[in-house]
Amino acid sequence: MLEFLFLFTIVAAGTGGELCVSRAMKVVGEVHDFRPAALVRFVFRAMRVSWMWFGIAMMTLAFFSLLAMLSIENVSFVVPVTALSYAAGAFGAMLFLRERISPQRWVGVLIVCIGVTLVWLSRR
Amino acid sequence: MKAVLAFFTPGRGTAPFESPARMDLTAGSTFDAYRKGLNRNRMKDSPGLHLKTYVLILLIVLFAPLGNVLLSKGMKGIGSAKNWVPGDIFHILAGIVTSGYIWLGIACLLAFFVAYMLVLTWADYSYVQPASSFSYAVVALLGYFLLGESVPPLRWIGILVICAGVFIVGHTHPRTTEKA
Repeated sequence: MLEFLFLFTIVAAGTGGELCVSRAMKVVGEVHDFRPAALVRFVFRAMRVSWMWFGIAMMTLAFFSLLAMLSIENVSFVVPVTALSYAAGAFGAMLFLRERISPQRWVGVLIVCIGVTLVWLSRR
Repeated sequence: MKAVLAFFTPGRGTAPFESPARMDLTAGSTFDAYRKGLNRNRMKDSPGLHLKTYVLILLIVLFAPLGNVLLSKGMKGIGSAKNWVPGDIFHILAGIVTSGYIWLGIACLLAFFVAYMLVLTWADYSYVQPASSFSYAVVALLGYFLLGESVPPLRWIGILVICAGVFIVGHTHPRTTEKA
């Protein structure tokens, strides 16, 4: 049960964090200038967007959940099951970022889910 | 198998320096300006650039799993989360912060992140993502050889299926929304 909770937090908070950061990046705009000073200005501009801070907070939560899960299960189990974030990412991108997900991408996500199920079934 | 080899062969259909964006974009589409920009910015196909890409992808598929293995080693030393009680939270956090393995793991994950960001500055995401899916297999190998974990056949099959899924996800169009 605890493993489910940690896995859910890793996938949900990790994906949620990435979606928030992605939204923040879209607010900030595309990077055209890759000089160090311009990149530093870009980072400061990104830090003024509240979505960025939501994203960082959620990714921190996901990281500590990953640590907790690694204290219980083998790394060869934990890392592959976190691939479930591809499915969460596809749903999140569709609902939150209004991205269009192609049928081919859904097929890939479905195959990832089958793989995660197989890895989950291999649990001690 | 041929298709897999072709994917990783430089200078072919979905080689790292040819944007897959062009595959789905037709003349007169709203992406015309974006496409023109991509064509203008497309990298020259040089052996040095390919070598650099392969080296960085190798670093990606090594550093991410190695980081996770080190985190796992560090966390196993702290004790199972199943036995954690709320009163021990500071003790556990102190254990995490003072663990050398955890810091090495974080350093490896940072190295992975830098390599990932660097390679994405010239190679396509749709090339890098499937290539980096090998890290799922590498993490199982490292877990088996470095940590002595038992990896049952069903888990290997599951990992290979995940790699195949990520491979397909990575071969889809990298941009589905219009530019703002």
